[in-house]
Amino acid sequence: MIELFETVFVRNNLVVAFATVGGVMWFSYFIADKLTRGRIHGSAIAIALGLIAAYLGGIMTGGDKGVADFSLLGGIGLMGGGMLRDFAIVSTAFGVQLSELKKAGVAGVISIFAGVIVSFVVGAAVAVGFGYDDPVAITTIGAGAVTYIVGPVTGEAIGASGEVITLSVAAGLIKSILVMIGTPLVARSIGLDNPQSAMVFGGLMGTTSGVAAGLAATDPKLVPYGAMTATFYTGIGCLLGPSLLFLLVGSIF
Amino acid sequence: MLIYGVALLSGCLLIGMVIGEAVGLAIGVDANVGGVGIAMLLLVLASNSPMFRKITEGNAGAGIQFWSAMYIPIVIAMAARQNVAAATEGGLLALTAGIAAVAVSFALVPILSKIGEKPERGSE
Repeated sequence: MIELFETVFVRNNLVVAFATVGGVMWFSYFIADKLTRGRIHGSAIAIALGLIAAYLGGIMTGGDKGVADFSLLGGIGLMGGGMLRDFAIVSTAFGVQLSELKKAGVAGVISIFAGVIVSFVVGAAVAVGFGYDDPVAITTIGAGAVTYIVGPVTGEAIGASGEVITLSVAAGLIKSILVMIGTPLVARSIGLDNPQSAMVFGGLMGTTSGVAAGLAATDPKLVPYGAMTATFYTGIGCLLGPSLLFLLVGSIF
Repeated sequence: MLIYGVALLSGCLLIGMVIGEAVGLAIGVDANVGGVGIAMLLLVLASNSPMFRKITEGNAGAGIQFWSAMYIPIVIAMAARQNVAAATEGGLLALTAGIAAVAVSFALVPILSKIGEKPERGSE
């Protein structure tokens, strides 16, 4: 009997994912409505539940894809994977006015470069504070604070040790998770309530998953603006990390 | 036809991704540079242009709006498949670096948002 269910559920894992996420969302919106009286957005609760589940999944299976490493929930991996995520992000641009984008264009571009450099400098400074004095390690950890993709790309390019690369990925993951959870909490105090500030926000934070989830939990209308600039960030980071930023660190240490 | 909208969305994503990949190759970076952003720009252009009206209005538009409505559920699935366990294994250094980077970046949002604003709006 159990085997029968398992066969059906594993074979139809994407459908299982739709049903599961739907159930989690219903529960989260119910809690948001009843317990917090709408003060916390339902999607913020659902995202937090997703992260907790991902943590438990990682601990229990030892895999690196959160709950998607449970075979029954393998569909979550496809549903939340890069392909459908990017597809859904692009679809949010439908109906966006070109004039809004033009208005924030310059600020958006500046914010991408400012975001990469600022995160890098902060990450590198923390590495120095923890006693690192080797430019390769400092650069790699700084790059990890940019995003968890820039960290390993930079580290591998300049020959960092596996241990340092792992640290850089962890720093980037912390950043991404914090942006997911923290954005709705600070949105009001940083003026994140219009397309212009959303574009700047996306450029400064840069972590696509963090920005995607953070804005979804703040105001879904802002998603296309933030996502648009955020998607350039990792590429710019991979460009600057092993080149300009590494040279800069090397000239100091 | 609903599928026209979905096909337009797919076309935008594919073209954007190819351009992003090509830009990455051109500047010698092992990453897709802005593919999704370029795809979004293409979709904005298409949805604002009368040339594409047939595949962005009515039922065809509903095909795109469906995916846009699936955005939040997909983001929740994305959260559930993050490598959260690895994030907790980086120790204090990773935690400090991550927190500090986010805090400083948050603080810069209101400052950079003022760039390009008209002076009368800046003095609000």
